[in-house]
Amino acid sequence: MTPEQIYNVTQGSYLAAAALFIFSLRWLSRPETARRGVLAGVLGMVAAIVGTLVHPDIAHYEWIAVGVVVGTVIGVPLSRVALTAVPQRTALSHAFGGLAAGLVGTAKYALWLADGELTAFRMGAIAVEIILGFLTFTGSLMAAGKLQEVIPTRPITYRNQNFINLTLLAIAVGAGLWLVIDPLRWELFPVIVGLSLLFGVLLIIPIGGADMPTVISLLNSYAGLSAVAMGFVLENKVLIIAGALDGSSGFILSVIMCRAMNRSSPTCCSARSARCRRPPRPASRRR
Amino acid sequence: MAGLDLWAMAFVFMLATFIGFDVIRNVSRLLHTPLMSLTNAISAIAVVGSLIIAGEEKSTFSTALGTVAVAASVTNIVSGFLITDRMLRMFKRREPGK
Repeated sequence: MTPEQIYNVTQGSYLAAAALFIFSLRWLSRPETARRGVLAGVLGMVAAIVGTLVHPDIAHYEWIAVGVVVGTVIGVPLSRVALTAVPQRTALSHAFGGLAAGLVGTAKYALWLADGELTAFRMGAIAVEIILGFLTFTGSLMAAGKLQEVIPTRPITYRNQNFINLTLLAIAVGAGLWLVIDPLRWELFPVIVGLSLLFGVLLIIPIGGADMPTVISLLNSYAGLSAVAMGFVLENKVLIIAGALDGSSGFILSVIMCRAMNRSSPTCCSARSARCRRPPRPASRRR
Repeated sequence: MAGLDLWAMAFVFMLATFIGFDVIRNVSRLLHTPLMSLTNAISAIAVVGSLIIAGEEKSTFSTALGTVAVAASVTNIVSGFLITDRMLRMFKRREPGK
């Protein structure tokens, strides 16, 4: 095939993937069509993967094969957990998604740094991607740990919690901005990664076990936004579309679940405002 | 040219965000958990980026990170879709008895 034909195949399958993801979400919101929704999601994912694999940049398949085999070996048992353990499984699975986004951002930074191709825009998108990716990674691990009761489920709080957390995030964002201005300061990169990992942990520890499903859905939304940032980094539209669908539907879903639990204010859904959800929570202590 | 493409991506992002808000607005309450695990599986779209990084083999460092990223996102995809389907199968069995 000529390069142009390959390009058309890739973009065509991305287009199909995007449409299938939209159908998948729509079908899954009604019980009669829900199973068709899963099928559409699977087909969409297959289309996106096939479209990517024919890409001329992909020259070697051996490490991809290794990754796929390892992922399948871990993924299949993970899907056979007891149904009561589904929330922790979802959280754990998020952690993997966040990790993937963070690692891709790191790898792309290293490559572009070596080739001297870091523009301000690329750097900014990478910073957003790794902050969201790595905070989703540790945040989801913490959420899974709390649900599995590996770590104490009660909210852990300390003085000036919000202030400290936001300061950490602000430092990470500030370091990201500095890198945008001066991309060659690579020593700032591990700082951003470390702070994002830490922020993910601190974000979750003040939240009680009963609120976890809402938080997981919110973390899902962050993972989606991180995929969007990755799409801007790699100039890939299917990443942007699927990530944006995921980002907004995850956000709306957490708002809906908040309402279902009689938390009218959407601000309660933001994981960082732990204070407004702490006082009247006898239910979370009962767990 | 590059600038134009950037704006096109920004428009795509904006439109897809609104679609995402809209498609699940009227989700049935029964389906909150399955929907959550489906969106989780879809967020594994990061596999696309992981495949590119792992397949380019530009440096040892990036290939190693890419391979781990492929493994992580494939885990996410496989378990996400399988468990959503499993949950929904349970629903189906219960429904006729209602």
